[in-house]
Amino acid sequence: MVEVAIFLLLVFMIIGMVFVLEMKNLLSAVVMMGAIDFGLSVIFLLLSAPDLAIVQIAVAVISLVIMIRATIHREIAETPSQESTFSSRVVMLCFLFLFFVLIYPAFSLLPIFGEPIFAESASSSIKYLLEGMTQTGSPNIVTAIVLDFRAYDTLGEAIVLFTSVLGAISVLRYRNRKKSGSSS
Amino acid sequence: MTGMTVIVKTVAEWIKGFIIFYGVYIVLLGHLSPGGGFAGGVIIACSFIMMELAFGKDQAAKELSKHNSHLLDEYGALAILFLGLLGYFLPKLPFFSNVLMQKFSFIPFHILSAGSIPLINLAIGLKVSTGLYSVYVYLSHYDPSRQEEDK
Repeated sequence: MVEVAIFLLLVFMIIGMVFVLEMKNLLSAVVMMGAIDFGLSVIFLLLSAPDLAIVQIAVAVISLVIMIRATIHREIAETPSQESTFSSRVVMLCFLFLFFVLIYPAFSLLPIFGEPIFAESASSSIKYLLEGMTQTGSPNIVTAIVLDFRAYDTLGEAIVLFTSVLGAISVLRYRNRKKSGSSS
Repeated sequence: MTGMTVIVKTVAEWIKGFIIFYGVYIVLLGHLSPGGGFAGGVIIACSFIMMELAFGKDQAAKELSKHNSHLLDEYGALAILFLGLLGYFLPKLPFFSNVLMQKFSFIPFHILSAGSIPLINLAIGLKVSTGLYSVYVYLSHYDPSRQEEDK
């Protein structure tokens, strides 16, 4: 049942992506991106990952607002749309076929849908599931892993976000770079 | 940019507190229920952005200016680093070990439990909310034709 719902949502997301690529109006394309993010959030919820679903829908909302506000009102240079000729379509289909042939052996290596692949007792994830609550005191195992067992990774993610903020501020500052050239 | 109409301003004023409250709830209960510092921080940043959109940048700068949001972002990053360095206070423990959990005994399933995990969640929430808000403010207020210093 869940598989059917996920399949339908994936079809919805693929149709939305085609609309995003083909839409002439930039605002409609951005709003369509929001629909795709919503579908992905519902998929996370169906796969019982509410942490991911909350983050997905919140980040989708914030990125939608940033995209509308920071891009729509700007004068975006119109790039002349290239007419896709017959030969270019043939080349594209050839590349798609080549890609499919090369990637086909990987499909047989994928695990069965819903199969727990880390179920062996020797793996570290079963240790997290069994001892996570007693060792960290946090009933939410996701938080226990992210902020205790793997807290070093979380520090790296925080540094990534910090670097992106610094990049935005240093690129978009107003100071005259030739005259003062110092910190902003 | 002077903001939007009276209807938008009134509704934004009403629901601002609820959105911030929900974000703080998700941050504070991150170790008990789904959510955590990142998700709650993004929701708090959403409320800041809503106020900025509704009331314009001058009114928003009175509540949380560009400079202050960037400063709070840095304080959040420093707080995460400090909580990680707490692991070195006890001998033979690695970076980011849960010292408070081993020093004190907590009742499980309470809001004051799990040692330093709620503190790290709070620091991440502060960092993410102010960081995303400052990214939004710097991206949306940038005007390429202006090159003078902006106060």
